[in-house]
Amino acid sequence: MIEAADASALWLTLQLALASTVILLLLGTPLAWWLANSRARFRPLIEAVIALPLVLPPTVLGFYLLISLGPDGLGGLLSAWTGRNTLAFSFGGLLIGSVVYSLPFVVQPLQSGFALLGRAPMEAAATLRASPLDAFVSVAIPQTKPAFISAVTLGFAHTLGEFGVVLMLGGNIPGHTKVASIAVYEHVEALRYGNAHVLSAMLLLISFALLCVVYTTQRRAGH
Amino acid sequence: MGCSVITTIGNSGSQTRVMHESNPFPYRLMQRCHALLVLLLTLLSVSIPALAEDVRVAVASNFSAPMQVLSQAFENETRNHLIVSYGATGKLYTQIQQGAPFDVFLAANDSYPRMLEKNAMAVAGSRFTYAIGRLALWSAKPGYVDDKGQILRTGTFKHIALADPEVAPYGSAAKEYLRAHGLMRKLTPRFLIAENTAQAYQFAETGRAELGFVALSQLASSSDANRAGSTYILPLESYPRLKQQAILLRPKDAAAAWLAFLQSDNARNIILQHGYLLP
Repeated sequence: MIEAADASALWLTLQLALASTVILLLLGTPLAWWLANSRARFRPLIEAVIALPLVLPPTVLGFYLLISLGPDGLGGLLSAWTGRNTLAFSFGGLLIGSVVYSLPFVVQPLQSGFALLGRAPMEAAATLRASPLDAFVSVAIPQTKPAFISAVTLGFAHTLGEFGVVLMLGGNIPGHTKVASIAVYEHVEALRYGNAHVLSAMLLLISFALLCVVYTTQRRAGH
Repeated sequence: MGCSVITTIGNSGSQTRVMHESNPFPYRLMQRCHALLVLLLTLLSVSIPALAEDVRVAVASNFSAPMQVLSQAFENETRNHLIVSYGATGKLYTQIQQGAPFDVFLAANDSYPRMLEKNAMAVAGSRFTYAIGRLALWSAKPGYVDDKGQILRTGTFKHIALADPEVAPYGSAAKEYLRAHGLMRKLTPRFLIAENTAQAYQFAETGRAELGFVALSQLASSSDANRAGSTYILPLESYPRLKQQAILLRPKDAAAAWLAFLQSDNARNIILQHGYLLP
């Protein structure tokens, strides 16, 4: 059976994934809407920045975050307020890391969903005197539901699978930053294959179930 | 915390209910936002518990087996609580430089603790050797490695596993041993370089390499029968000494108590049982 330390790592992972997904939706939705509708000349630049975590090794991302949240970066600037000289090595630090790391997985499905929707439904709603916010909530969101489901599930699942960023940024502190993927790595290093098996199997099942949700909803939307 | 969150829900509910009748859309959106915010705050508050007598210890991965026994003994004796983070010594060193909240550092070498002391990032004078690592030549096959290490000269094996000499202390110790015995030219083409000593052991265990340089502590800590195999423990003076040093990173009573415990007879016995030597 699963040990208490591993259960705690798994629970922390789920909390991190859930909190990241919520923040990603709040940030990613307006961003994706803007990207889908903007004709600004610097739009490709923003798109490239958002897509960077797809191609950069997570260790590179983690290293930059470690430095930029540390004493010589943001952590130092905010130290009077936070009482510590770094934002890394805490749940909040991991949250910042996960949001950056999983941003493309939320923004890209939403952006293509919004682009596919086009401007017509929103314009029709406007002629019925709906405010832009009303129209977005009652027309755009229901019409792009599969895109939202993809965004939520991929954002959540990708955070579950996060390793390199947490390795650099987390400090592997039990109960605070020791997530399931790190715990598996540690078990393998210490030759505790039994524990590694249990935890890996649980991650595998959760991830598989999530991806099944994505593909099932996409298939339904296609018909 | 919990109470204030509930009050917030109550207030927003009664305020927005009026809006609901005239305009349902912002109401729904606001309600959703509130629910998300509450969820977020709850998650954040759950994950930051405040405990007083915790000691945060950063420990080199190779020491994880004795560390589990030691921390149990320490907690039974003093009621302080150890929060242990394992990792590669170099990575832990970088994280300490970047403000990681560790109280004590148990490194796999003596150079990183010395550098921390020199740069005033640790308590001066608190550094000491808590264990001396022992290098072993090991094969999963019983009777394959002889008790003089002659296999290195005569063996027809295809691969020999060792941890990356650039980053792993046991790997560089193995390399120094081979160099001192004039075996580098002969064996370099057969090297199977592992990321760390744990992986070198795994290469030898799974048979990807017929034999490998491992830490004696890996063999001593195992209860698994198939880890018996055959072993040659290299003489201590045949490679650079693998001094593992500990250092106090910030003045804190419970952390100092842990370091005192680490030097007690009880702790020294546990360390010796796990295949390390002591100064």
